[in-house]
Amino acid sequence: MTDTKARQGLSRRDLLARSMAAGASFVVGSSFVAATDAAWAMETTALKPETMATLIQMARDIYPHDHLADEYYAIAVKGYDVPEAAGDVEAGIAGLNAAAQGKGHADYLSIGWERDRVDILRGIEDSAFFQQVRGGLVTGLYNQKAVWPLFGYEGESYSKGGYINRGFDDITWL
Amino acid sequence: MAAPFDLSDDSVIVVIGTGAGGGVLSNELAQRGVSVVALEAGGRYLPEDYVNDEWESFGQLAWLDPRTTSGDWRVARDFSGLPAWIVKAVGGTTTHWAGASLRFQDHEWKAATNYGPVQGANLLDWPIDGAEMAPWYDKAEKKLGVTRTNDMPGLPGCNNYKVFEAGAKKLGYTEVHTGRMAINAQEYDGRMACQQTGFCFQGCKWGAKWSAAYTDIPRGEATGNLEVREKAHVARILHDDSGTVTGVEYFDADGNLQMQKARAVCVAGNSFESPRLLLNSASAMFPDGLANSSGQVGRNYMRHMTGSVYGVFDQPVKMWRGTTMAGIIQDEARHDPSRGFVGGYELETLALGLPFMAAFLDPGGWGREFTTALDAYENMAGMWIVGEDMPQETNRVTLNHEVKDQYGLPVANVHFDDHPNDIAMRNHAYTQGAAIYDAMGATRTLPTPPYPSTHNLGTNRMSENPRDGVVNKWGRTHDIPNLFVSDGSQFTTGAAENPTLTIVALAIRQADHIAGELSRGNL
Repeated sequence: MTDTKARQGLSRRDLLARSMAAGASFVVGSSFVAATDAAWAMETTALKPETMATLIQMARDIYPHDHLADEYYAIAVKGYDVPEAAGDVEAGIAGLNAAAQGKGHADYLSIGWERDRVDILRGIEDSAFFQQVRGGLVTGLYNQKAVWPLFGYEGESYSKGGYINRGFDDITWL
Repeated sequence: MAAPFDLSDDSVIVVIGTGAGGGVLSNELAQRGVSVVALEAGGRYLPEDYVNDEWESFGQLAWLDPRTTSGDWRVARDFSGLPAWIVKAVGGTTTHWAGASLRFQDHEWKAATNYGPVQGANLLDWPIDGAEMAPWYDKAEKKLGVTRTNDMPGLPGCNNYKVFEAGAKKLGYTEVHTGRMAINAQEYDGRMACQQTGFCFQGCKWGAKWSAAYTDIPRGEATGNLEVREKAHVARILHDDSGTVTGVEYFDADGNLQMQKARAVCVAGNSFESPRLLLNSASAMFPDGLANSSGQVGRNYMRHMTGSVYGVFDQPVKMWRGTTMAGIIQDEARHDPSRGFVGGYELETLALGLPFMAAFLDPGGWGREFTTALDAYENMAGMWIVGEDMPQETNRVTLNHEVKDQYGLPVANVHFDDHPNDIAMRNHAYTQGAAIYDAMGATRTLPTPPYPSTHNLGTNRMSENPRDGVVNKWGRTHDIPNLFVSDGSQFTTGAAENPTLTIVALAIRQADHIAGELSRGNL
């Protein structure tokens, strides 16, 4: 992950020492969100790190792909960590947590089953916040060139001369 | 290259737009020795400029000036500011088109006669027919190098086509092949053969697909009779006290308002911009807009009955490899009311890359129903449905005075409601498309809603009687003898076929008419 690999100066031990676990998914520190295995970490500047962690979980719950690591979702929502967007996002995530609390959970991130989180998202899916996050993910997630191979998609082929000699008609199972 | 014409040169023909209609017309006039100034709102992009990346290319080529939408079509909800996926560039949407080049069927020229009355539909016979158009189709097919015409071979079938063909044959369809395509299966007219690269929609980097951008436009310019002004956005068509058109006002590349005089003006800005321009040209003499005594300017907007079906299989297809529109089933294109609708439809393979599949598979959709489909992207095959939709007077382009473009001009509002015939035809096509993939063992099929429209037709329709439409059989407006319409907006009805070949054939024919009228002193 382009921006965050550089932050791997943080060792797993440092991370864990400086942070609290948020749900089972993320490690949240004073100004960063990281994978529990420290495979990646993201510094936050405008958003509270726990807000970013919740936003990443929300992104996965909207477009869940079990073969995509969290870092792709983190990249997809990283753009909200700017002063212009932070107010709306903090409010949106606060609303999400309030909805979770209304159903007896501590907060959104602590809900164990995707089904229960999705129930909460269904309740807010017509909101501007949800639609902004969902709409942004369509390009933010699926237009990351790094995720294309994980779906088998090969992207451009012009530089390789197209598929005329590289399997445009190589289907064998018909 | 063409010597530039003076703004005050009132001997030139001004052509507005340089796509399948305007680009071809400009060249055909130039070849006949007629002086032409073509005004193109977009910039010039050639194969070396095209980008094989869906969103980046969209940003480069698509018409993104503001438009608004209304009506019950899903595009108005999911893509409210983007009713169409068309191109703003020299060559227009011939940069983006897939290349399918089909002639109308004879009965489609006379839809009112052959279909009979259809409630709510404003069907009308074209004032021309298949026999009249045959020689012009011949010329168009030669210009475009259409496969399976003039002894040209067809393209080879890619993986997506092979699934489609095998399923079609299991269902008993017989008119199944790799299409009549303006994509070279072998070198033709100085352009190389298709390399099965995909990204036909993003501009063909090999030039194997015909586009006016690198054929008709430079050839017209080479005659010295054609000047193409890029980034020239026409604001208004001007006329004198006798109601004769005298020129156009346009914003040049620097945003300055210019006035080009003209002997005649040909409007070819597509079915949104052409009526918008006629309406925005309203004057004291023509308060309802130019050429609008019938009240039909902007009405009868058609976009083809479309939709897609994707099939998911338990093994890879890799549909993105090769020609985007790689084959066709024509068995359902006939008019056969026993199916529960008039007119017919074509099934044509289509592939989208992962980014556009995510955007268009089920706009607004989310959750596992959506993502498990994308998880199977590599194992997907896809087809597009294109059928005749019903012209309706209330489906129309109007001016939205509440929303202005970057030049302060009211934008086009595009209103569209599906006709019950459109819905019945789409449902039939969804069933047949799914059956094709089910026959090949699909584990899941996805009836996908229409994309923003690329086939935009009918808003300045052609009619025998001036009361019924905007232009006559030559595309010449009924009201103003030196004002022409030269794009798909002149379509009386839409037929089932992809429209480009017919737009090109009409443009060649119109060039012949205009040149003849000039030499006869009638223009």
